[in-house]
Amino acid sequence: MFLFAVLALLLPVLFIYRFYVVVKTGLRHQPGRKGSVSVLVVAGSGGHTTEILRLVESLPAAYAPRHYVIADTDKMSEEKICTFESWKLQPDSQPQYTICRIPRSREVHQSWSSSVVSTLNALRFSLPLVFRLRPDMVLCNGPGTCVPLCAAALLLGIMGMKKVLIVYVESICRVHSLSLTGKILYLLSDYFFVQWSSLRDKYPKSVFLGRIV
Amino acid sequence: MKTVFVTVGTTRFDELIETVTCSEAAKALKARGYKRLLLQIGRGSFVPDADSCPELKLEVFRFKDSIAEDMKQADLVISHAGAGSCLEALGAGKPLLVVVNDKLMDNHQLELARQLHTDHHLLYCTCSSLTETLKTMDLSVLQPFPPGQPKTFANFLDKVVGLK
Repeated sequence: MFLFAVLALLLPVLFIYRFYVVVKTGLRHQPGRKGSVSVLVVAGSGGHTTEILRLVESLPAAYAPRHYVIADTDKMSEEKICTFESWKLQPDSQPQYTICRIPRSREVHQSWSSSVVSTLNALRFSLPLVFRLRPDMVLCNGPGTCVPLCAAALLLGIMGMKKVLIVYVESICRVHSLSLTGKILYLLSDYFFVQWSSLRDKYPKSVFLGRIV
Repeated sequence: MKTVFVTVGTTRFDELIETVTCSEAAKALKARGYKRLLLQIGRGSFVPDADSCPELKLEVFRFKDSIAEDMKQADLVISHAGAGSCLEALGAGKPLLVVVNDKLMDNHQLELARQLHTDHHLLYCTCSSLTETLKTMDLSVLQPFPPGQPKTFANFLDKVVGLK
């Protein structure tokens, strides 16, 4: 009984300690030293997908393989991704990408409370996906889907299995305030990009390189 | 043919379509040399008749897979405040007049349109001031909006992940 109580007390402390270590040491982690960086790309829908593909397009070939995650209600993104990847493909080489689907965690205008339920539901699918792929990096730009995926990536680090870099790019649409996803990912991400100087001033941890998409 | 392209994106914005096709607005457009008025009306319920403004050649459609071609052909774009529409018009290098729907509660989409207006990338009005704006606006004050530089993002990332 005593042992049980000690465990119950120790586990959360250990968890919080590991959480702190993983979030704080991200900036020293350099997965690229081994020559390539596998990326989990979270494609939202519509505008989000277009924007993130423009970012992926700018990355050199060393960022491979690329695993795209799309919401299962999203019909357009898969087509965009396939078109994009076939265009990027060098002659005589194998495609370096996969597409995975998970349930959407939050539709536009969905209420907070039901967002929590559907995000938990999405987590059920995100955990096995991220644990199977074990990417070096998660790249995302705002759809709600990226919260459970980043949480799963964080958990890989907390459990000591793999440190996954979390890179978040806030949409150009956000000038003075972060999106809901942005507010959450500001706390969890290793590199947080904003595209307006007014946001950089408000959120000092963020990286501002001007407009990047 | 000098064309004005009006777009409401995926929304409905009947008041804009009604105002821009009223005879006073059409006259103002004609006085500026525009001959053709192309309307993308989305989910709107107001569909103007093709002969409702005799001054201009009027064309109406609801949605298309891509409005890139319409943007390219336009000499002036009049748009709702949606970020996607604004960025598409500016990306195509077109003079842009954004009409804010003041019947809608403030949403974050307005944030971008307002900032782009402050930085002189677009003109900004409401339906009630649209006709006046069409008469008096000066498009020469508009500054081009340079496209984003994803390469700076890639260079930054290369460095921090240890690829460079």
